[in-house]
Amino acid sequence: MNNLGYLVGAAAMLAAGTFAFRLAGPALGSRISVSDRSAQLLENASVVVLAALVLTTSLTEDAGPAGIARPAGVLLAAVLLRFRAPLPLVLVAAAATTAALRLSGVP
Amino acid sequence: MRSLWRTVDRPARSLIRALCIAVGVAGMSYGAAAVAAGLPLWFPVALGIVVLAAGSEFLFLGIVAAGGSPATALLAGLLVNARHIGYGFSVADVLGTGWRRIRHAHLLNDETVAVALSQRATGHSRAAYLACGLGILAAWPSGTLLGGLLGNSVPDPGALGLDAVFPAVLLALIMPALSEPPVRRGAAAGAILALLTTPLLPPGLPILLAGAGAALTIPRRRHR
Repeated sequence: MNNLGYLVGAAAMLAAGTFAFRLAGPALGSRISVSDRSAQLLENASVVVLAALVLTTSLTEDAGPAGIARPAGVLLAAVLLRFRAPLPLVLVAAAATTAALRLSGVP
Repeated sequence: MRSLWRTVDRPARSLIRALCIAVGVAGMSYGAAAVAAGLPLWFPVALGIVVLAAGSEFLFLGIVAAGGSPATALLAGLLVNARHIGYGFSVADVLGTGWRRIRHAHLLNDETVAVALSQRATGHSRAAYLACGLGILAAWPSGTLLGGLLGNSVPDPGALGLDAVFPAVLLALIMPALSEPPVRRGAAAGAILALLTTPLLPPGLPILLAGAGAALTIPRRRHR
């Protein structure tokens, strides 16, 4: 980490590239007209990607399994959400379950 | 700012509040780890403000701290963030136009897009998007700064179970969309595809592949 200049340059490019990714959709979306069907497809794609994030961040850590405690907390959250429990309760229950399992030695 | 906050409905407000707390604590552990790896404190804080995508920042600094080259870290970070292209298309109308669009686009991330989509029916997508985005923009770098200053005495997000909060928040936000069977089918297919490819592919790619599941969400064209 002795070459801070190189690192800062890479960081600046990460910021610029990420911003370009963020702006690409809105900037192009206003120039090209898409059918309702395509618009719906794009919106659904975001939901699908978010669902994939939920599953992978619940179950994996650095390409390996994330253990038991975290998926157990998320699973409880899913069950509580299904029964329309209030959100603060859902989130506190998820964190508390995961924390309690870890405290008792479950990975 | 106050009126913006009041426009957002109650469940979304409590969700955004909880999310910002979790983001702040995660930022603290990230700041402490970055300083422990030998980086000057301003660096992770500045990175948090200008990149504002936690997953890619963790990966970027993780690769550098492990001795990888900044170029490798840059490519890995960009790959993880490529999903924002798709997010941008699906909330393009929420971002507005002109300068406003440019300012608002920086706040685009997993949580803000999920909040905006979940508020579509209420017509308050933009207020919810901005409240969530500004909250994260405040909580993430300030958490990082605080963590870097506190060093070893920061709370461990894992011990607090906060790593379960992030997927739980996203799940709560997409749950209404998942009540439609075609969307649920596509989401299940995409999520399983991402899970199976996670051990095999570099981070970010499995999530992009999952987007293909969206093809299953649109019913075949019907004659009306």
